[in-house]
Amino acid sequence: MDLQFTPQELAFRDEVRAFLKDKLPERIAHKVKAGQRLTKADQEEWHAILNARGWLANHWPKAHGGPGWGAVEKFIFDTECALAGGPRIVPFGVNMLGPVLIKYGNEQQKAYWLPRILSGEDWWCQGYSEPGAGSDLASVKTTAVREGDHYIVNGQKTWTTQGQHANMIFCLVRTDREAKAQSGISFLLVDMNSPGVELRPIRTLDGDREVNEVFFTDVKVPAENLVGEENKGWTYAKFLLTYERTGIAGVGFCVAALAKLKVIAARVLKNGQPLDRDPLFAARMARVEIDLENMKTTNLRVIAAVAGGGVPGAESSMLKIRGTEIRQEILSLIRRAMGPYAIPFVEEAQYEGYAEPPLGEPEAATAAANYFNYRKLSIFGGSNEIQKNIISKMILGL
Amino acid sequence: MNFQHTEDRRMLADSLNRYLSENNSIERRHQSAEGTFGYSTSLYAGLAELGAIGALFPEEAGGFGGSGFDVSLVFECLGRNLAVEPMLGALVVGQALIAAGTDAQRAQLEGIVSGGTVAALAHDEPGSHYELSHVAMTAAQTATGWVLNGTKAVVPLGDSADLLLVSARTSGAAPDADGISLFLVPGTAAGLSKRGNGRIDGGRTAELTLASVAVGADALLGTEGQGLAVLERISGYALLALASESLGAMDVAKDQTLEYLRTRKQFGVPIGSFQALQHRMADLLLEVGQARSAVINAAAAVDDTDRLAREKALSAAKYSVGRIGTLVAEESIQMHGGIGMTWELPLSHYAKRLVMIDHQFGDEDHHLARFIALSQATAEV
Repeated sequence: MDLQFTPQELAFRDEVRAFLKDKLPERIAHKVKAGQRLTKADQEEWHAILNARGWLANHWPKAHGGPGWGAVEKFIFDTECALAGGPRIVPFGVNMLGPVLIKYGNEQQKAYWLPRILSGEDWWCQGYSEPGAGSDLASVKTTAVREGDHYIVNGQKTWTTQGQHANMIFCLVRTDREAKAQSGISFLLVDMNSPGVELRPIRTLDGDREVNEVFFTDVKVPAENLVGEENKGWTYAKFLLTYERTGIAGVGFCVAALAKLKVIAARVLKNGQPLDRDPLFAARMARVEIDLENMKTTNLRVIAAVAGGGVPGAESSMLKIRGTEIRQEILSLIRRAMGPYAIPFVEEAQYEGYAEPPLGEPEAATAAANYFNYRKLSIFGGSNEIQKNIISKMILGL
Repeated sequence: MNFQHTEDRRMLADSLNRYLSENNSIERRHQSAEGTFGYSTSLYAGLAELGAIGALFPEEAGGFGGSGFDVSLVFECLGRNLAVEPMLGALVVGQALIAAGTDAQRAQLEGIVSGGTVAALAHDEPGSHYELSHVAMTAAQTATGWVLNGTKAVVPLGDSADLLLVSARTSGAAPDADGISLFLVPGTAAGLSKRGNGRIDGGRTAELTLASVAVGADALLGTEGQGLAVLERISGYALLALASESLGAMDVAKDQTLEYLRTRKQFGVPIGSFQALQHRMADLLLEVGQARSAVINAAAAVDDTDRLAREKALSAAKYSVGRIGTLVAEESIQMHGGIGMTWELPLSHYAKRLVMIDHQFGDEDHHLARFIALSQATAEV
């Protein structure tokens, strides 16, 4: 038993810290820490910085431009980035599509698409969910019918995060309507600028417009954009959903959020006393802190198992459930700490450059909006209830 | 980073688990728990022979272990097998001797490690409710030693222990931090009366009344008036041990419940096919995983020289197993349905032990409050 990182891992951590200190733009880190909304330009800027260092596609093998990191390095990198206020890497191209292409794509596809993901030339979004296919993803109805050297795509996708920024979308489409649910699905790459693709933003409860509906009407897609085999898309989709999810607990984000909460609770006064001296609030904070301390070790145990040759299968579901619950609880406490000043909402204050004096605590501007926005954590990527189904089937054997 | 126990520890765990499963079947465990002593003297001797007690102490104290992970591993085995033997008393009294004993006092370690001396901590008092400094028993100095007066509550195996470690006030009043002293009192001391009783989770405790119990000057363990620091140190070991025992017990309760969900049929299908139960079982799995992490954190911290960091990890672990152990107990009974309510089912005894662990050395609320107080002290440093 040894909970410490090795000297090599500690040296790597120092290297990551030095990189972040040197290269993470102060302006962007400030926005992340303040909970402000990032623009596509912010994300592109950060991706380019990471790519220049060879750390953008850190899940990829070396042969395809990845750094060749193991689970421990990835964990250290994710954690340090979150602590420093680094934006989340936009996952759709780098973390989702990339690994699928590397595993199932043909040589031309890898040679063409992978470098474009790294360079940012293509900005990807995900075409999975449909109005009738959320947790029950296998019931997708969007169709792709082969006509000569093209597929003709018709249907609708929804909850497409950052679809407004994307020029490409990877889709689950039904290529065999007769087959049983999972077996008639294919994995298709679609140009968002094709005729017949229409995007409509969905306004979320926090007033943001980060998700979209995407409509496909007789969209022509070259047959070479099919990944892997026709009707085998479900296999690729599942692979994508469980791929390397040792980082899914978001420990770094949780630690950063807890540190923020503690600063707030030491400053905000109630009855002349800091909020962290209020017995009920202090108890809520202590509970989540202990849960997080336990979570950190749980996450490291899964990582150690992976580093020792294991595969993070259903354990990643455990990390997802508890990690998202902890993060949501911390965001909820930040919201509570604002008192009545959680109520006023100024849309402009969600963005960089808002110069009016703050209403209440400086964090109040974004506290409630962030809290509401991050209710998504326990819904996306397979809702926490779906994760429990996975645990029940894969680990418990029920 | 490595979450595997060493080869030596794995071998010890294997032999302990094998020995206990062969010699501490649920029927024999009931016999021991309900017998005269509240445990099995032969099983305790067997545990000592296998090195289970020696593993709790370092070499210089006559053992061959003593690290947090040694303590944790032994008590997890005890929890898995629902052992009622007086291992916790050996751990805390032995560690007190190591922390504060004179050479002559430390000589008593030999009897503890060999299993020949059964030791018990007599610290809680009526109304102390887990507060470590709430000591009202008095010890007055005489020409030849000390005279102790007062009452000790819920002393594990207090009616049969050979050696009692008794906390008493040599100055001040409860709950002052200063003025608490520790005394080594033989179980046969004149003036010591015992009211022994069974316990809901098996085994025995006793209410002890000390009426002018006279002990020699050499009975004082450590510095007069400075016993609280020693109490905190040995309580730390108790927190780790109990958290580990709880982890072992909850692992078994979880496995037994899972097995029941797979085999029990209602409406023509195994009840484990019902999502309402699947999700509760998934929650249990997740919580037990968190409890294991809490125990690992505590085992790694128990020797930390940074007091606040160490005590925070220990309280965090006891809080975690207090909450999770109770949850596992309640959920296991519920998912078993009627059969979970029966004495016949071993699970019900695991459930009782899990809940009662929360009543030893501070419960969930106590340790949450303590964690908060330690956090605030950390912030002020």
